[in-house]
Amino acid sequence: MASTKKTAATSAPRRTTLLIATRKGLWTLAADPARRSWKLTGPQFLGHIVHHALADPRDPRTILAAARTGHLGPTIFRSTDRGRTWKEAAKPPAFAEGSGRTVDHSFWLAAGHPSEPQVWYAGTSPQGLFRSTDGGVTWTGVAGFNEHPQRKAWCGGDQDGTPDGPKLHSILVDPRDPKHLYIGMSSGGVFESTDGGADWNPLNKGVKALFLPEPDPPFGHDPHCVRLHPRDPDRLYQQNHCGIYRIDRPAERWTDIGAAMPKSVGPIGFPMVLHPRDPDTLWVFPMDGSDVWPRISPGGKPAVYRSVNGGKTWQRQATGLPKAQAWWTVKRQAMTADQAPTVGVYFGTTSGEIWGSRDEGRSWKCLTAHLPHVYAIECA
Amino acid sequence: MNVRIPGLLRSYTAGAETVELKAHATLDDAVRDLDASFPGLRFRIVDEQGAIRPHIKMFVDGELARRLDASVRGASELMIVGALSGG
Repeated sequence: MASTKKTAATSAPRRTTLLIATRKGLWTLAADPARRSWKLTGPQFLGHIVHHALADPRDPRTILAAARTGHLGPTIFRSTDRGRTWKEAAKPPAFAEGSGRTVDHSFWLAAGHPSEPQVWYAGTSPQGLFRSTDGGVTWTGVAGFNEHPQRKAWCGGDQDGTPDGPKLHSILVDPRDPKHLYIGMSSGGVFESTDGGADWNPLNKGVKALFLPEPDPPFGHDPHCVRLHPRDPDRLYQQNHCGIYRIDRPAERWTDIGAAMPKSVGPIGFPMVLHPRDPDTLWVFPMDGSDVWPRISPGGKPAVYRSVNGGKTWQRQATGLPKAQAWWTVKRQAMTADQAPTVGVYFGTTSGEIWGSRDEGRSWKCLTAHLPHVYAIECA
Repeated sequence: MNVRIPGLLRSYTAGAETVELKAHATLDDAVRDLDASFPGLRFRIVDEQGAIRPHIKMFVDGELARRLDASVRGASELMIVGALSGG
């Protein structure tokens, strides 16, 4: 862990490049050193539904992209030259023959622990956890989850979940211990493994699940996005279907930090982004979860909300964003931050715009527009 | 047997629109043979439980084959089509 911290602290900030995964392909948006001008390149995989593209933090030349098309089954593409050329996985994530389950799409990619440079994880729809030990060429189901006797109880049926299918997401690896993992599931909740995925336990106490009859059920929740702070791995946050929460392990109960959001905006949203160095600073992008759940910017007035004190209070950050009649939202993987000394925060919208702030959210600028529906953005 | 490859699979066949296969008994045998020549192609059109994917159609001499155990014995053409997958 100490070496991980040192590396992060002493590395020169890389020029910010965003990988933009969309419903119709993959684009790249690269900044000049000042992050004032941006150059869009692409598309790659035009016509593919790209749910996530992620550069390997252990070796940024390597990028993985999870893709399918309307016709073709799900696969994973891998580049080892920063996205210039790609090769398809020889054995993409797939459930065991005879299990009766089929992967609709790989939804979430996560790099493994720095001590395991070839390890990657993938979360799928419906909920499945897969691991690669050869850099993403071949993928094997994590039996401790996929075949866990309680899995079906935790997740419900394969038809339960989001309108785009139930998902396993937010695969988090403790930087101190490669065997300490967390996952989020919509639906299912947050689960923890301390033995490399051999067994799992729910971690949902204190989290509301207003769509279930029990007041404090052990599982069945809908975390939209869960983040672990790299400098304080005992600090986790989640943007949930029913609010915003923080936990400081070894505590077992989440604290509701969404109650401090303005009542007119509410605590509902998809994404959540943490400051790369300050565990108390985070950003969310609220959406309208009232009435029939329109899932758009509340009142057509998009705004980011930031907390600098672990969620005790929140500040609206909307300078530069449309003041009215902007009815988009931001999906759970479509918001990220760079590593610059003054952190850049970025999000992609369901209407194909990429917005960026080079001053930690104080002001925003549209970096590019007219892309397809944005599913995910990540700093390469 | 002549196999007609749709545009969406030609990245696997280096652009080839048709491929020749030896004679096979079942559609499953034919698709596995195709995958041996063009690795990865099968999983894009057949799921891990052995079902033809929902928006893939396979016609054997003009007849729609709904399952991989369909006979292709004596068939001269397999046509693979992607259809109706949404907007």
